Amino acid sequence: MPDNTAAKTAQPGAAARVLSGTHFMLGDHACAEGALAAGVDFFAGYPITPSTEIAEHLARRLPDVGGRFVQMEDELGSMAAIIGASAAGARSLTATSGPGFSLMMESIGLAAMMEIPCVVANVQRASPSTGLPTMVGQSDILQARWGSHGDYGVIAYCPESPQECFDLTVRAFNAADQYRVPVFILMDEVVGHMAERVVIPDATDVPFVPRKGPESAPDGDPFYCYAADEDLVPRIAHAGDGYKVHMTGLTHDERGYPALDAETHDQLINRLVDKIRMNAADIEMHDEIDLDDAETVVISLGCTARSARHAVNEARADGISCGFLRLITVWPFPEKRIRELVAKGNVKRFVVPEINLGQLRREVERLTQLPVLRLNHAGGAMPEPEKILELIRI
Amino acid sequence: MSVTEQTVHPTADVHPIDHLLRADRLPHILCPGCGIGIVIHSYAQAIAESGMPENDHVCVSGIGCSGRAAGYVNVDSYHTTHGRALPFALGIAVHKPDLNVTVISGDGDLTAIGGNHLIHAARRNANLNVICINNFNYGMTGGQVGPTTPIGARGSTAPRGTTERPFNLPYLAKATGAVFVARWTILHVREFQQAILRSMQKKGFCFIEVLAPCPTSFGRANKIGDGLHEMEIYRERCRIEHGASNFEDLDIDLIDDKKSITVGNFVDIEREAFLS
Amino acid sequence: MRTEVRFSGVGGQGIVLAGRLLGKAAALFDGKHAVCTQSYGPEARGGASRADVVISDAPVDYPFVRDTDVLVVFFQEAYAKFQPSLKPGSMLILESDLVQHVDGEENYFGLPATRIAGELGSQLATNVVMLGYLIGKTNIVSRESAEESIRATVKESAVDLDLQALAAGIQRAKDDEA
Repeated sequence: MPDNTAAKTAQPGAAARVLSGTHFMLGDHACAEGALAAGVDFFAGYPITPSTEIAEHLARRLPDVGGRFVQMEDELGSMAAIIGASAAGARSLTATSGPGFSLMMESIGLAAMMEIPCVVANVQRASPSTGLPTMVGQSDILQARWGSHGDYGVIAYCPESPQECFDLTVRAFNAADQYRVPVFILMDEVVGHMAERVVIPDATDVPFVPRKGPESAPDGDPFYCYAADEDLVPRIAHAGDGYKVHMTGLTHDERGYPALDAETHDQLINRLVDKIRMNAADIEMHDEIDLDDAETVVISLGCTARSARHAVNEARADGISCGFLRLITVWPFPEKRIRELVAKGNVKRFVVPEINLGQLRREVERLTQLPVLRLNHAGGAMPEPEKILELIRI
Repeated sequence: MSVTEQTVHPTADVHPIDHLLRADRLPHILCPGCGIGIVIHSYAQAIAESGMPENDHVCVSGIGCSGRAAGYVNVDSYHTTHGRALPFALGIAVHKPDLNVTVISGDGDLTAIGGNHLIHAARRNANLNVICINNFNYGMTGGQVGPTTPIGARGSTAPRGTTERPFNLPYLAKATGAVFVARWTILHVREFQQAILRSMQKKGFCFIEVLAPCPTSFGRANKIGDGLHEMEIYRERCRIEHGASNFEDLDIDLIDDKKSITVGNFVDIEREAFLS
Repeated sequence: MRTEVRFSGVGGQGIVLAGRLLGKAAALFDGKHAVCTQSYGPEARGGASRADVVISDAPVDYPFVRDTDVLVVFFQEAYAKFQPSLKPGSMLILESDLVQHVDGEENYFGLPATRIAGELGSQLATNVVMLGYLIGKTNIVSRESAEESIRATVKESAVDLDLQALAAGIQRAKDDEA
């Protein structure tokens, strides 16, 4: 029997961190609950549609479970604050939408360079600039990868449902800690503002991947917070732990000290990119429908994937050879799988519907000479299944 | 090895606060006559005198010459991006309220690009100690004028002298809600150290402006000469007035040698600190 | 089998809550799949308000209402806005004191839900009276599931009133059948 009473039975002062049970929940709220289940300690943010429900939910819930909520003066401060809290050991989150995401880019680069884990939920709306604040967009895909200056690696998850808003937020915290990177949950307005069934597992079944801490005591062997292990990820110590770490956005050596030479820079930046690239097989996630024999492969993500799946199933019911690749991580991009599909020879073309003017298509085109049919909408509405089906039928 | 033991048994080659500096990072990048070294020393001295465990002290800085301070002190230290030292430090202080978090940064970093964070950190009374090193210009990048440059003073981006009115930082800090506000110069080392110590002991937003020479950039552009000359200006023109009766009188005109510069501990009040 | 229900009215009438209650009843207590979406923005208070619920035996891919099976209208402007999108055979349920409909409307039902709720103790329960009527007419979810949904959603102090409102709506639908 589904249990929806977890929230109501929690006693004041003993609020449940993990709302185990079955709920009918907004995607934005599911993201917030995912963060709570993952153990978020600190949230800093600035209200912005359509992500505000995440902040509002955590403003109510986080203090009751021992965490801290701060409404900052802007997104520049929000991003810096969650990095600072994480440097002190917190699992930290901010939530925003396109205009705020743009402001956060400065400190996202700092998080990448200092290798301080943090999670940013971006509920995408129609952009650029102020755009359509209350309406859907998927046009921050490339910004998530390349938005801050310079080269660095990131991870970005794209939930298609409130359930995935929960699941992938948990995963985002674990990935951030495991790889010491900023991780994005690239939601969209449709998914964020949609209520659907969300099953939250028992607290003991919520996966938890801790940060790798120092192997020696503070007064033992010297600890280098940028000496990478074989997985290219260094161990981390936090403010107050006694290791007297130094972290800087400048190019630095293994001690974290500024080392302003070309060789150190080249090594460091390559490692920041390679630690995601080399571990991509463990990080990357996608869903497939009938790709083995498909002549037409539809590639999509987020809310658009819901329409795409419908179209693919309709097409197959009509006898059309059609498969579906749904990206759960857009970064790292499933390059290996797409190259495999291309190499197998049965695929004749790809179809890429998306709520932007071709950001995902560009990535697909990079990997294949095959035709890539597009269905683009600049934002404000999600593509209808029939439009995608028309393209599949061409 | 405690500070006391070192004090009782001094040796010729160990300074009592050597261990609070990252000796492996020396020599530093600062110019001869620069005031930032004295600020770093004063901060280390205050840590030693604070009686709090050294591991409870955290230093955060932004960008610029002053921003390098975090790199020389041997506590957990974070050298962040331009303007964002305060929100970064707020994140640390809110997550670990028992830590004593000090932000050391420059006037440009804290009051121009970081100005919005400054007024809001003061307004919400974030539990932070802020040491704002005011050298009246952007030193590291070659002496551009900024929000503290006195009217008429020259910089590489105001070759005919700036016409903009500068911030009166103690007035700003008081008006926006700081519970401790002081201004000293690096000539007033003892008073400055005691002000830092006071800020470490207080909960809430403490703001100390410390005037420091930048002979290479500001001094040269404004015919002040070397660092020693600016120290002489401090000695001749500074007037101590604790509790400042009129904050509007705290404007600084470094160029007009007839005008005095008011220093002192101006505000020391109690107000509930933010999430601490 | 996909059923699309649209609640529409003016901000403050509890349109979104009606949609959530229905979606939750279907998704959590009736073993079906359901998605609820709603209009969003400045219309949250005082402007046109809309909540769409799609209920299906299979997972719901496209989450929005396109072929309205049931249109529940609480306010005249909403009627003007959404009535033209009705397909033949759609059911139309109106708050009959607040909405004037065109003559000859097919499959039309009206009830003075605001008055009924007022007689029960509070006009705030108007939305649940309408929901009850919808359920009584269509059996889109079971009465028990709707009651569970109310208990799991609304403030404790409002549960009794809303359960009464639900019952009153369902009863009214039964009476209309007779």
